[in-house]
Amino acid sequence: MELKDKLLSSFLAFEENVNMNSEIHEIRSRAIKDFEAAGFPTRKQEAWKYTSLNKVLNHDYTVFPKKEDTIEYRDVEKYFIDDIDTYKIVFIDGIYSSHLSSTTHEKIDACLMSSAMNSSKYKPVIDNYFNKVAPQESLTSLNTAFSHEGAYINIPKNTMADKPIQIINFSTGNESALMVQPRNLVVVGENSHVQIIERHQSLTDHPVLTNSVTEIFADKRAIVDYYKIQNDNHQASLIDNTFIEQQRESVCSVHTFSFGGNLTRNNLNFYQKGERIDSTMKGVTVIEGKQHVDHNTLVHHAEPNCESHQDYKGVYGESSTGVFNGKIVVEKEAQKTNAFQSNNNILLDDKATINSKPQLEIFADDVKCSHGCTIGQLDDEALFYLQSRGVPAKEARALLMYAFANNVLESVKIPELKKRINNIIAEKLGVNIGFNL
Amino acid sequence: MAYTEDDLKKELDQKEYKYGFYTDIESDTFPVGLNEDIVRAISKKKNEPEWMTNWRLEAFRAWEKMDEPDWANVHYEKPNFQNISYYSAPSKKPKYDSLDEVDPELLDTFKKLGISLDEQKKLAGVAVDVVMDSVSVTTTFKKTLAEKGIIFCSMSEAIQEHPELVKKYIGTVVPQKDNFYAALNSAVFSDGSFCYIPKGVKCPMELSTYFRINQAGTGQFERTLVVADEGSYVSYLEGCTAPQRDENQLHAAVVELIALDDAEIKYSTVQNWYPGDKEGKGGVFNFVTKRGLCEKNAKISWTQVETGSAVTWKYPSCVLKGDNSVGEFYSIAVTNDFQQADTGTKMIHLGKNTRSTIISKGISAGQSQNSYRGLVQINSRAENARNFSQCDSLLMGNRCGAHTFPYIEAKNKTAKVEHEATTSKIGEDQIFYCNQRGIDTEKAIALIVNGFSKEVLNKLPMEFAVEAQKLLEISLEGSVG
Repeated sequence: MELKDKLLSSFLAFEENVNMNSEIHEIRSRAIKDFEAAGFPTRKQEAWKYTSLNKVLNHDYTVFPKKEDTIEYRDVEKYFIDDIDTYKIVFIDGIYSSHLSSTTHEKIDACLMSSAMNSSKYKPVIDNYFNKVAPQESLTSLNTAFSHEGAYINIPKNTMADKPIQIINFSTGNESALMVQPRNLVVVGENSHVQIIERHQSLTDHPVLTNSVTEIFADKRAIVDYYKIQNDNHQASLIDNTFIEQQRESVCSVHTFSFGGNLTRNNLNFYQKGERIDSTMKGVTVIEGKQHVDHNTLVHHAEPNCESHQDYKGVYGESSTGVFNGKIVVEKEAQKTNAFQSNNNILLDDKATINSKPQLEIFADDVKCSHGCTIGQLDDEALFYLQSRGVPAKEARALLMYAFANNVLESVKIPELKKRINNIIAEKLGVNIGFNL
Repeated sequence: MAYTEDDLKKELDQKEYKYGFYTDIESDTFPVGLNEDIVRAISKKKNEPEWMTNWRLEAFRAWEKMDEPDWANVHYEKPNFQNISYYSAPSKKPKYDSLDEVDPELLDTFKKLGISLDEQKKLAGVAVDVVMDSVSVTTTFKKTLAEKGIIFCSMSEAIQEHPELVKKYIGTVVPQKDNFYAALNSAVFSDGSFCYIPKGVKCPMELSTYFRINQAGTGQFERTLVVADEGSYVSYLEGCTAPQRDENQLHAAVVELIALDDAEIKYSTVQNWYPGDKEGKGGVFNFVTKRGLCEKNAKISWTQVETGSAVTWKYPSCVLKGDNSVGEFYSIAVTNDFQQADTGTKMIHLGKNTRSTIISKGISAGQSQNSYRGLVQINSRAENARNFSQCDSLLMGNRCGAHTFPYIEAKNKTAKVEHEATTSKIGEDQIFYCNQRGIDTEKAIALIVNGFSKEVLNKLPMEFAVEAQKLLEISLEGSVG
């Protein structure tokens, strides 16, 4: 059975199993209809020109995993950032794992979507924010239709989250092929601040497909830092949809580190709804083999005096393919906008491919908008210089790649996370350069 | 389809009402609509050999199965292709008897461009004396070319006199089935220019369609083929800076350039067709397919200044097939009022050490939309390919839009591709500086726009550059305030 049909027929069973309030039930029913009409995206659609889902959709995925599976903390310790104290929201095969998590309801809420959806206490927040910024696109609608579990984070007014929050999704080998659809909601109140680290990790060689949707709302002057670590094994595919709505003077940044996975697609949309907003999206991609990473970004400038910064670096080895599809839209009201976009790529091998499509759509005249895109190689002379001073070729190459990615790494605000990412890159390049940038 | 003469009349009446053009119906006009018989009739009318007729029919059959593309960032009412007359003989009759009858606004523009009185008459469609200057120029010009062995004539002439060359090259760069408009053009093209430069010949002058008397009224489906044989060089000019009040609403031209080993072709275009009135009514639809093929060490350079047409859809491209070949694209696109332009280039790198440069300047004013759309493709066997692209947009007012859609595809690790794009407005400080030195705002803007477009204007042949500069000023007149 085609995956689409399977999902459509599973929907009824799913609805029976989850007990939800009627508004959400309605949202879901509408979403499944949208998905039914749209189907999975194909390469004929401009936004999917360079990414084909055919191979990924070809497995017989289980949509409802068996009930809770336990994993011991020591087996998965390495996937946590454990040298600092954090809140943890952990899911195993899409089901909440209470013994690996540490949630809170003091001052801030860092807990579960399922309990938030069912509790009257959270109803106002869910009513106000759930499914409000996610567009009606096929994959997003699909997630909405099956939305019941994920992270729910609510930071009230004038509050600093006292420690970062980790959201980790594990998948185990219990099913021969598994599809999970986490749904996260992050609401950050006026003058509040939060740091979130998200990770998807497959613990099995079985194919896993994750179709995740995260909605983030940043109220006036809120600061949100969101980090995504994508270092999964080669059987796991991820479609990550993140939508951010920002109010006046808020500052949001999303860093995406893509090192692993079979196919990774990041849809990242920023919608600015006030003046003097700052939006940042940065990414480092280092992949090889037959991996495929696609960054699809949108910044929508609708009000004056806002800024956006995009900086994506990619290193592509063997026969990997990379896609960057970035779009900046500046509405005619959004005068004095500063929008910058840069995409730099290095191709290491002959079979590696990069497709880049940086786009500007500008309707206001008093703006500074620019984009730049480069494709090149490591500088031979720089390599020679390092080697002539006794740095072995492999390390010299790694050093240059570090330098290449450093722009993005240096804006990571959690030092332990930065260290962790450095280690992942070093491991990927098979070197130890003996220092942390 | 039952189609009566009354229907035709009614449609033409509506057309006139709708677009405000004067349509002179002559007896030599084919009935509107397109089918195989019309294609055959066009071919027969032009006394073409059988292979040409078949070639057209093949294109027509492909066209029938195609859909009109709608991916471009332009919005317009799609023309009804069954509502167009596909062949009308060049009108011999002058439209006016003297310049006094011509639209004074048009004459004013001519004056600003510095066009001589005789040329003004010719451009406005006024009957001119046969001993006009350009005629004698044309004769001496033709003689010089013939001495060098250069063939420069109309497409119909070439099909009659040099069928072997036409047959060998036509459709090799832009195949009949390439796209909707190219297929349409291949089926019904009325005329165009053909140019062949023999081995090792450097064409001593700029070839220009402007000089060719029989160029008048080649119609809406023009087909140009330029072949530069090994080691030759040619610079070709197309179009004219003077505004052309064209009768045809739809223009679907095809231009093919072939640069064999070590050859160089420089192709410059100035397009200033009727852009429609201030309310955005009428105006020409310009859907052009232009492509060049470079063999070893060859070079093709496209330069374009686009100021006219209501809707422009144009991507002069280079296929860099041979090793060490070079492709260049320099473009200025100006849109004002309700004009829409979606233009850019494609650089397809196939050979080793191929290089390409793209410089595109877009200026939007009024309520116009100006898009750059380009593709740089480095294929897996194109070692050491190099590309540099720069797209700058200038916006005047907040009712217009500037868009950039570059596509960059690299499949070779030795590729070096750089792309940058900026969007900005004319700085108030720059205008203030000029005002302070006694230059009024309108002049100041012209000055700044010229500076902005300098890189491209410099690539135009001298006489053209001067006119193009003036044209930019005129196009943007009244857009500041």
